[in-house]
Amino acid sequence: MSIEKDSISNEKSAEELSEFNAESEEQITEKLLAKQALKAEYKELAMQGLWKNNPGLVQLLGLCPLLAVTATVTNALGLGLATLLVLVCSNATVSAVRQWVPKEVRIPIFVLIIAAFVTCVQLLMNAYTFGIYQSLGIFLPLIVTNCAIIGRAETYASKNPIKQASFDGLMMGIGFALVLIVLGAIREILGQGTLFDGAELLLGDWASILRIEVMHLDNQFLLAILPPGAFIAMGFIIALKNAIDINIKQRQPKITDQAIERVRVNFDS
Amino acid sequence: MAFWIASSPHNHNQTATSALMRLVIYAVLPGVFAQWYFFGWGNIIHIALAITTALTCEFIVLSLRSKNKTQNISKQLFDGSALLTAILLGICLPALAPWWISVIGVAFAIVVVKQLYGGLGNNPFNPAMAAYVMLLISFPIQMTSWQPPLDLINIDLGFTNTLTAIFTGFTSDGYSVEQLRTSIDGFTMATPLDTLKTNLGLGFTVFETIENSMFSNNLSSGLGFAFGWEWMNIAFLGGGLFLMAKKAIAWQTPISFLLSLLVCSIIAYSISPDGSASTLFHWLTGGCMLGAFFILTDPVTGATSVKGRLIIGALAGLLVYLIRTVGGYPDGVAFAVLLCNMTAPLIDQYTRPRTYGHNIDSVKSTITQEKANEKGEVK
Repeated sequence: MSIEKDSISNEKSAEELSEFNAESEEQITEKLLAKQALKAEYKELAMQGLWKNNPGLVQLLGLCPLLAVTATVTNALGLGLATLLVLVCSNATVSAVRQWVPKEVRIPIFVLIIAAFVTCVQLLMNAYTFGIYQSLGIFLPLIVTNCAIIGRAETYASKNPIKQASFDGLMMGIGFALVLIVLGAIREILGQGTLFDGAELLLGDWASILRIEVMHLDNQFLLAILPPGAFIAMGFIIALKNAIDINIKQRQPKITDQAIERVRVNFDS
Repeated sequence: MAFWIASSPHNHNQTATSALMRLVIYAVLPGVFAQWYFFGWGNIIHIALAITTALTCEFIVLSLRSKNKTQNISKQLFDGSALLTAILLGICLPALAPWWISVIGVAFAIVVVKQLYGGLGNNPFNPAMAAYVMLLISFPIQMTSWQPPLDLINIDLGFTNTLTAIFTGFTSDGYSVEQLRTSIDGFTMATPLDTLKTNLGLGFTVFETIENSMFSNNLSSGLGFAFGWEWMNIAFLGGGLFLMAKKAIAWQTPISFLLSLLVCSIIAYSISPDGSASTLFHWLTGGCMLGAFFILTDPVTGATSVKGRLIIGALAGLLVYLIRTVGGYPDGVAFAVLLCNMTAPLIDQYTRPRTYGHNIDSVKSTITQEKANEKGEVK
């Protein structure tokens, strides 16, 4: 009996095993697919944040600090890092509380969350990088009203899980910071002929060796340092980005429908 | 045979852009000559530099923009618009400004202000004035280093001296630009408008100020014209009148501009005669006549309707007067022109002339309504 039972149980277990194997294979493939999808999503997020949907170049959000504080690379870097930090933290928090936030009052709550992080960043910069804190002035607390941050909270973080939301914040923040740094570099070179002037304010005393004198200018080119120069330089950067996009588009092979042409042969003529 | 049938207008005006531009360039020459006579070679050198840069920049941008490269470029390059921009900017610059001032200015005017907006006919701002303002804001020291009239300098400033001063900052005898700017009396010279503004700020009256040798002149000692500047402005006025007679420019803008300046200065003069300069002083100093006849009348950036031109001129006159008297800069023609260029599209929209026979239906309906009302009243 016992043997029979055993055999039955064996058969059963074998069946179960085979079923389990099939299930696990399905699960594995599902997992793989999910992993691939996740990977693709992360890649897409990075692509969107850094290039395709760059907050500075394409969305044109947060222009106020972008144009106001990018007179030097140091300032740009300082504000870029502050915005990056706030963006990552606020995206993560907004995503974490997204189940409990009523749709009707979501904007005030987002602003509160962002304001809390901005206050943290502001106090940190006040404590550790006082020079850059002073030169950024009002634009540091004004990160609260940066549309790029609240835009990401509204469009992405409030609908997606924490990991993706944080990654999105990171990529958007890096994209924004890169634009700030490029703009700051152009304006600093044109305006003063230097790069990383006053980097020691942000990075500590060792950073004063980073200062590069690109070209010696007897006179400052004030337009580059003043806000109108920022607008003009920004326009040129956006134009360059669009030109690169057009170039990439033209290089891709064109998909053309096979056109069926009919030829009418006229025998009379 | 078939007749060629064409719709109206049958009377064609054959003047092309290049012909108009050539006419304007001819008209500006007397002013350039007066400037050369009183202030020396500086501006001629700057004009030459500016023309070279303008044509180079125009060529580069046109060849970047144009699709078929052969025939269009040379026609657009030599239509005279870039040339005129360069000449106007060269006239405005201080005579002893360093060479890169005119190069940067004209490159900005042609590339950014003119071509990036779509080339001739599409630029919202006058290229020469936008470039002048850009230079004035970016390089305040160089752009205010005005050279006094030749008669008031104690250093002989010939062509070679001017050339070396522009390119190296020193004359061939070793004088610096700063020394050249010092007059016989040992003062650093500014423009008459600048001097007047500074002195009024210091509490002097206009009459005390115009006793300065800078204001002495051979026209009339009592009126207090600026030495050299008055003949320059009269020459530009002559050129402008020639353009008006040739119907190259509309009469409304300059006339309304000068009248507006007249009204403003008369009001100010009647309120405080000690603190405000005469109308003729305002008319004949700075860039007044150049602005009135050659820059405000720009067919691209100015207003196009008759009423609009009158409004633009009056607005520009008011702005020039306000900037000269209460603004931060001594002369305000360039700023006034830019501000007026900004308002031009709006003014054009609200001063669109009524076409003949237009809106007749609405007139008819109001008439019939009135008649009906009258009948009702009678009943």
